[in-house]
Amino acid sequence: MSEHAEASAHTGTFAVKRGLADMLRGGVIMDVVTAEQAKIAEDAGAVSVMALERVPADIRRDGGVARMSDPALIGAIQEAVTIPVMAKARIGHFAEAQVLQALAVDYIDESEVLTPADEAHHIDKWPFTVPFVCGATNLGEALRRISEGAAMIRSKGEAGTGNVVEAVRHLRSILGDIRKLTQADSAERYGWAKDLGAPIGLVQEVAENGRLPVPLFCAGGLATPADVSLVMQLGAEAVFVGSGIFKSEDPVRRARAIVEATAHFEDAEHVAKVSRGLGEAMRGEELSALRERLADRGW
Amino acid sequence: MPAVTIGVLALQGDVREHLAALAELGVGARRLRTPPDLRGVEGVILPGGESTTLSLLLQSSGLFDPLAGAIGAGLPTFGTCAGLVLLAREVRGGRPDQRGFGVLDCCVLRNGYGRQSESFEAAIEVSAALGATAMPAVFIRAPLLESVGSDVDVLGWAETPRDGTRRPVICRQGNVLASAFHPELTGDRRLHRYFVGLVASTEFETPDDPVAALAR
Repeated sequence: MSEHAEASAHTGTFAVKRGLADMLRGGVIMDVVTAEQAKIAEDAGAVSVMALERVPADIRRDGGVARMSDPALIGAIQEAVTIPVMAKARIGHFAEAQVLQALAVDYIDESEVLTPADEAHHIDKWPFTVPFVCGATNLGEALRRISEGAAMIRSKGEAGTGNVVEAVRHLRSILGDIRKLTQADSAERYGWAKDLGAPIGLVQEVAENGRLPVPLFCAGGLATPADVSLVMQLGAEAVFVGSGIFKSEDPVRRARAIVEATAHFEDAEHVAKVSRGLGEAMRGEELSALRERLADRGW
Repeated sequence: MPAVTIGVLALQGDVREHLAALAELGVGARRLRTPPDLRGVEGVILPGGESTTLSLLLQSSGLFDPLAGAIGAGLPTFGTCAGLVLLAREVRGGRPDQRGFGVLDCCVLRNGYGRQSESFEAAIEVSAALGATAMPAVFIRAPLLESVGSDVDVLGWAETPRDGTRRPVICRQGNVLASAFHPELTGDRRLHRYFVGLVASTEFETPDDPVAALAR
């Protein structure tokens, strides 16, 4: 060896933040509310867990203000598993995010599932060392979050409903617009930037590469192995499953089946095999029966 | 580049980046999801991802045994990050039931560099075999190589940010190559080129029916 390697290492760079999202691709991130559930998730092959006090279905049922989880709970879950642990901060609540960073969570979800703390501003995510994932319902929203420093985008879907229809709508909107944008000429890209309310630099990057500059995952209402096969075939790169696992009849088997279906999403025979006899899925809700749409939170 | 076919384990993780690196080098590549995908493969890449997840999916897909047989018989194999964990003889900080191939004589500590807030980028030192000039490297919740056996060649070193110690980060033992970091995430193709060279210089082709071959 000859040349001396540069001594300094850099933490919190965008490559490092995005890199963890890349490592989670093809995997399942599961919502858990106890250390025991976190172990079940890890045993089933989850790539990561989201540490929460209540799953979205319960937040929806209970009402009231939903906030960041108790650090003691997050700590217990971090102790229980070896896979990355994520936690949620309220939209715009940068102080909750600072606390989550101090707890050394591996990813922060600035989430519409919690009650927003700021009606006009999302968190400026660039100053943080810990990476952020944000929800989006369309391409403009996704690019605004990326411009604020998000290193992963997920569809919002409609959390806690067990109904996949909104996640499908959001994925189709984002991916459909990306496909159209790749056909736009250089002048039209400026029109797209204006219509999307997104920075032209990011619009140009998407137009040239045909994909977002960060991984696109799917969240919101996934409940069955076929649900994850559906959204992976539509173009999601990994899935978040919240209430869908621990609100079902047999969480252990369902968690394992959803991991299998995510890995083998193109193989219908495999999805059929793992879907057998899973017991009842979470009950689920018709969207028209909802009092409030969580996906409407954020902008 | 020589005409070889390399399989990339595609059950979870950053598969696309490895496929893109191989395409850039003009090498034939294929995703490995089930045992028949192993047919005719002359080298295998185990990508970055979660090693606990990969270990489970390797077993449920039926790939574990034929792949273990082939690697044991000399199939050139390159593991990055989680791939290194799967290849290591001894894994600390893993799950007790986590199964790996155990073919690289070393001890790794999973997430030994710390949680994500301690993930880092650095220019690392590499041996003459890899061109000797510093290589850009991205470490994501990386495994720490605590010790390597005397039959293992160390081809790269990095300073550990936490305590400043210089530790191995690229290792080779026979036809097994591994890195603690993610060469697939940077534009530096030296490690992939080195692996393709290893595949091209090795006489190995997996049998037509890898599962039956194992049973024989």
